[in-house]
Amino acid sequence: MTSVFLLVLVGLFIIAFIAGRMRAASVTGGNLHELHSRPTYHGGYLAIWTVIPAIVVLTLFSVLYPMIEDRIVLTRFADAVAQFNLPEREAFIRDARALAFGGIVSFTDETKLAAAELYKSMHMAGIVVLALALAALAAGGFYYGWTRIAPKMRARHVVERVIMVALIACSAVAILTTIGIVLSLIFESIRFFQKVPLFEFLFGLQWSPQTALRADQVASEGTFGAVPLFAGTALITFIAIAVAGPIGLFSAIYLSDYAAPKFRAVAKPMLEILAGVPTVVYGFFAALTVAPFFRGFGENIGLSVSSESALAAGVVMGIMIIPFVSSLSDDVINAVPQSLRDGSYAMGATKAETIRKVILPAALPGIVSALILAISRAVGETMIVVMAAGLAANLTINPLEAVTTVTVQIVTLLVGDQEFDSAKTLAAFALGLVLFVVTLALNIFAQRVVQRYREQYE
Amino acid sequence: MDMQVNDAVGQTATAGHAIKMRGEKVSVHYGEKQALFDVDHIVHDREVTALIGPSGCGKSTYIRCLNRMNDTIPICRVSGRITLDETDVYDPSVDVVELRARVGMVFQKPNPFPKSIFENVAYGPRIHGIAAGKSELDEIVTTSLQKAGLWDEVKDRLDEPGTGLSGGQQQRLCIARAIAVSPEVILMDEPCSALDPIATAKVEELIDELRENYAIVIVTHSMQQAARVSQRTAFFHLGHLVEEGRTDHIFTNPHDQRTQDYITGRFG
Ligand SMILES: Nc1ncnc2c1ncn2[C@@H]1O[C@H](COP(=O)(O)OP(=O)(O)OP(=O)(O)O)[C@@H](O)[C@H]1O
Ligand SMILES: [Mg+2]
Repeated sequence: MTSVFLLVLVGLFIIAFIAGRMRAASVTGGNLHELHSRPTYHGGYLAIWTVIPAIVVLTLFSVLYPMIEDRIVLTRFADAVAQFNLPEREAFIRDARALAFGGIVSFTDETKLAAAELYKSMHMAGIVVLALALAALAAGGFYYGWTRIAPKMRARHVVERVIMVALIACSAVAILTTIGIVLSLIFESIRFFQKVPLFEFLFGLQWSPQTALRADQVASEGTFGAVPLFAGTALITFIAIAVAGPIGLFSAIYLSDYAAPKFRAVAKPMLEILAGVPTVVYGFFAALTVAPFFRGFGENIGLSVSSESALAAGVVMGIMIIPFVSSLSDDVINAVPQSLRDGSYAMGATKAETIRKVILPAALPGIVSALILAISRAVGETMIVVMAAGLAANLTINPLEAVTTVTVQIVTLLVGDQEFDSAKTLAAFALGLVLFVVTLALNIFAQRVVQRYREQYE
Repeated sequence: MDMQVNDAVGQTATAGHAIKMRGEKVSVHYGEKQALFDVDHIVHDREVTALIGPSGCGKSTYIRCLNRMNDTIPICRVSGRITLDETDVYDPSVDVVELRARVGMVFQKPNPFPKSIFENVAYGPRIHGIAAGKSELDEIVTTSLQKAGLWDEVKDRLDEPGTGLSGGQQQRLCIARAIAVSPEVILMDEPCSALDPIATAKVEELIDELRENYAIVIVTHSMQQAARVSQRTAFFHLGHLVEEGRTDHIFTNPHDQRTQDYITGRFG
């Protein structure tokens, strides 16, 4: 029902907007320059007065009215409900609502049917009251706005103010969500660290959370030493950067300083398409093509390569982040002023000398920050590693063995039926917190570097 | 006061210096568009040659032909002949790296590299392998900065970035950078247009001193500057070299009506 009301209000908004514009034109008798604000602002002004109060009431109603309904039902059937405990009471309300408005009902009895009847009638009454209230508000608002429209009226100020409030509200949603996520990470992690000491988590060498599967087992606590995960993440990230760093940087240099403009116009978007490939596709590629290739290659030269290897995952992840490195580096290399290139060429430097001695040093901070952003992307990447690197928490620096990463373990910890207060699931939050802190630090660092670089040329 | 000093030196024009560079029937196209038409022009050794003319007439295009900086513009085509000491600079056998070591260039906007003052000046000697050792490099950097009249201002902070200097100091640093490879010709495209009058006076003084050892070609929009620093002046108009001769003659007694209109400020 709410959506119908909303739709009507949107319609009213458009109508009021047009009406306000026409009204603004007519109050001046056609002399538009006598208006303080452009007619469009008067239209917006009238539309705001017509619709915004109604929307506020509509929102409040849809949040509060269900609570009021529940309260009324519980008092009306106080006798029947008296012997229920809290979960039973909630089940009662759920079932009664389901009976009234459709849904899955666990079981039916006399009282529930009666309660459902009550819900239905209250719902109808609510809609009627709401409709009347909205109509009154819209009409009243429209009338008020209509009479206020006059040549000297500062409609623009009102509209700009409302727009600003709307913008603030949107950014507040974004920021508050972030804060909420971070807080939940922190609180769950604190619960985890009540079970497992922080020191053991950060420095323990043994990761085997799966032994805690069944709570009734003796010695059911797993061990949560996360060092193998950090090491695995670092190893794979290192391999990825070793692949993406040179390839990305060199292709950026080629694109910005050697390639003909026509080629660049085609090649740069093509490289950036790589960034649009879903990571699960890279995962396929890693697991089905690259990993077997490395294993076959290793067998041929007498090396034992496990079928899920850090090398395969790292290489494919490197391919995935090439566009980050190349695109960002290309931007910073292009931002090096042409006058520096000219200055170097005029000294008789060759292209390669100019790039090595003038352009790269000048662009270095930007390139570093591109690499850091790519690293933080690689650290947080999950899909490729899940599919190609395996789950074994080996503590090794041998890229030919299977390793696991922080993200992969978070996934495996949370897959399936879990109690949400066991050390095992809470460990996922602690790992998430570590990941968050690391990528945040990397991003802040990269940002700093970029800022310093900007100051140099602007 | 500086201007009067310069005025005086500017007039001590010495006729009869050897020909250093020569352009014969130089034409330049940018794509389909022709920017220079059959320019014949001579640069004398140990003299300052000024190129003047209204905006867009091809002064920069011409000066950039002299050390083949136009090579860096893909759509630019140069025809005709430009010689440096009788060798054609556009001859395939000529190494452009070597050419630019002999014909240095200073740009309109000071463009020091984002390196230390020392490294800025040492850049050319390093890439051309001119200095045999550290002490020789130090020597080159010191004398170049001295010749550019910058030494006293920067001798205590050679490690600081060149970009931290004032605009006028940066421009003199760029001149020091250019003379560090001991060029024979120095090209300057509006070297003072980004500078204030005092910094301009310093650079002009410097140009006058450099004339002792180098052939200098300078593009300028300031008639006074051309009169103050140059011994010969060439007037360009719409891609043509209209008139060329001794500066005092051009300014007091131009042959062509267009030259006269330009120097009396009637257009441009
Ligand atoms: N890179 C280029 N691509 C295309 N056309 C160019 C290019 N550089 C210069 N031109 C054209 O060549 C002509 C001469 O330009 P040039 O820069 O030589 O003029 P100028 O005399 O130096 O002018 P100014 O005094 O404004 O510096 C102009 O018409 C200009 O539009
Ligand atoms: Mg120019």
